[in-house]
Amino acid sequence: MQHLKAIDMAKCIGCYSCVLACARLVHKTLSWERSGIHIRSAGGLSTGFEAIYCLACDPPPCAAVCPTEALKPKPGGGVIFRSNLCMGCGKCVQACTVGAIHFDGELNKPIVCVHCGRCVSFCPHGCITLVKTGKKQDEK
Amino acid sequence: MKSKILIVDLDRQKSKIEQIDVLEHYLGGSGLAACLFEKYGLIDEPASHPRQPVIWAIGPLSAMFPMMSKVVMAFKSPYNEQYTESHAGGRLAMAMRFSGYQAIVLIGKCARLSVLEISDHSINFFPVPFLEKADVFSIGKILRRITKLPSGQRSILRIGPAGENKSPIACVNVDTYRHFGRLGGGAALGYKNIKALVIGGRANTSLQEIDLKAYQKRYQELYQLITTSGVVKKYHDLGTAQNLIPLNELKCLPWNNLQKTSDPGIEGISGEAFAQKLLLRKTACAGCPVGCIHIALLREQFGQEHEFLFRQVAYDYELIFALGSMLGLKDAEDVLRLIEQVEREGLDAISAGVLLAYVTEGLEKGLFSIEQTLVDLAFEKAREYVQAIHFIANPPNEFWQIMAQGLAQAVQKLGGEDFACVLGQEMAGYATGENYFVSQALGFRHSHLDLGAYSLDQSSKEKDVHQALEFFQKEEKYRVMLTSCVGCLFARKAYSWEQMASALSCVGLNLGPEELQKIAQEIAVRRWRLKIKTGFDPETVKIPKRYLEVETFKGKIDTNYLEMLRQTYARYIKELVK
Repeated sequence: MQHLKAIDMAKCIGCYSCVLACARLVHKTLSWERSGIHIRSAGGLSTGFEAIYCLACDPPPCAAVCPTEALKPKPGGGVIFRSNLCMGCGKCVQACTVGAIHFDGELNKPIVCVHCGRCVSFCPHGCITLVKTGKKQDEK
Repeated sequence: MKSKILIVDLDRQKSKIEQIDVLEHYLGGSGLAACLFEKYGLIDEPASHPRQPVIWAIGPLSAMFPMMSKVVMAFKSPYNEQYTESHAGGRLAMAMRFSGYQAIVLIGKCARLSVLEISDHSINFFPVPFLEKADVFSIGKILRRITKLPSGQRSILRIGPAGENKSPIACVNVDTYRHFGRLGGGAALGYKNIKALVIGGRANTSLQEIDLKAYQKRYQELYQLITTSGVVKKYHDLGTAQNLIPLNELKCLPWNNLQKTSDPGIEGISGEAFAQKLLLRKTACAGCPVGCIHIALLREQFGQEHEFLFRQVAYDYELIFALGSMLGLKDAEDVLRLIEQVEREGLDAISAGVLLAYVTEGLEKGLFSIEQTLVDLAFEKAREYVQAIHFIANPPNEFWQIMAQGLAQAVQKLGGEDFACVLGQEMAGYATGENYFVSQALGFRHSHLDLGAYSLDQSSKEKDVHQALEFFQKEEKYRVMLTSCVGCLFARKAYSWEQMASALSCVGLNLGPEELQKIAQEIAVRRWRLKIKTGFDPETVKIPKRYLEVETFKGKIDTNYLEMLRQTYARYIKELVK
């Protein structure tokens, strides 16, 4: 299994290319909100940038509170999101300890990183990458 | 293709949203801003009139493609009372895109000093009398507590004391490190009692209705071109500051108020010196992977027992010229101290530096006295310039009140026209020759970026008026299209006419390169018409004597050629608007 990881945010220039890539490629939208990864400046632009994205908890607390199992734990951490099962209760947003799940009011669905890594190639400085985790799909 | 425009009436604190057809309004940016000024602008009223509009416009490619990251601000300039534009990046283009508005127009005036917050779902006014005359940096911290828009998804525009004092050389700071710098945008907001704007929102655009596959492919191609091919490498690497040594070697870098064009002291303020000793990091405008914003670390001791503070100061070629070589400074840290002060006061860096160079030479020549200037300004002495920058933004006497009006006004009131470096406004840092001097003096924004004629000076030794005019026409047409989309002018090598047409087709605007050129020409004419209607007469433009004395790598300035080009370009502009 692979997980998205921000390995070197000190190199981030705040171009938002990763955010736009997720919105464009995964969510078919032009947006800086409908994205599994978000870029924030930690207290003004002079303090640099941080990436907010799913840290692949294992077990994931967001899946634990999901009443319809739309969020399903993924082997090795993180979740699979099955949109058709989601009733839009938003409990997952509250459950995420690091604030990585954003609730999209228009879609009435959570937006969460599923670690597909499509944003990675759009980072001009290699701040984010996909890392391999120990567990394979069949090693539950 | 439709877009939304937000018009905010500051008198009534009420707003209206208009739907416009993008093609009928010349795409966006420069074209759209001109259309909106035609509708809302008061041609015969002064820039200070409360109902005079201030306009920000993005374009159809904003946030859709890499480097489409700029915003056009249009207003009647408090500097020359003419219609003008200023351009800036930061996060503003993306914030406007996700606010859902292709343009925002402010008319009227707030009753009290205010912060205006605009998003797709709210418009809020916050009276901020406690921020009166607050500097740019301190208000940033307070604004982050006032606004409800989330960090990372907002853009902050603010003015400093210079803007509140309506100095025509006051800028609008955008997201700390970018600016609507030239021709008095800061005063235009000062007249409206707007201390700051915060813009953001969640207006997403579905891509399901366009040819998604074609768009993804085009995006990928442009992203690769920009990040791997080297077409914009110079902006990322040393940045524009890399031009300091070459221009100094060519005898094209203004020093000491353009008394000379080269100095061995360049080593201390070169792009290399900044990069090796002081560069802390680089950052980018949102939606641009280049990262051309170079930020230096300025470390200063404030107490005897190893007490230090640090500041992060963005630098660029123009700033190092205006607040460095033009003032005879040869130490990079000194230049950073001046840049930092200019930022704090909310002044345009080029205008402030060139103005101080004029004051310094005026003192040298005995035109001014220390009783007037209050500080003993001299080339190469940095500390006094920090104090003088504060005086421009917060004039302590009549002399500095006049200086705060900008160099063009100062010359009219106090003289020194022979050595004042005015080309429509304070000069940008290119003593490259006749083509550049004429292009800035007569250019639409009086900006080095109007036509980029410094490159013609460097690439051609020909003194051919027709060749120069052709260059001006071609550059203006191309640049006005790029700033209508709205792209960064550093993206020139990434976006040819064909590539712009192809990108526009991805968003449903199917225009061939030839059709785009036709639209660009119409936009250019429209802008010129507004500038001339608001008072610009190209045939009365003068080029000060100092420029005729310049010597570059090509030798002495050819005054006959300069005059011929000035007359020819002036006639061309007049013909254009007929």
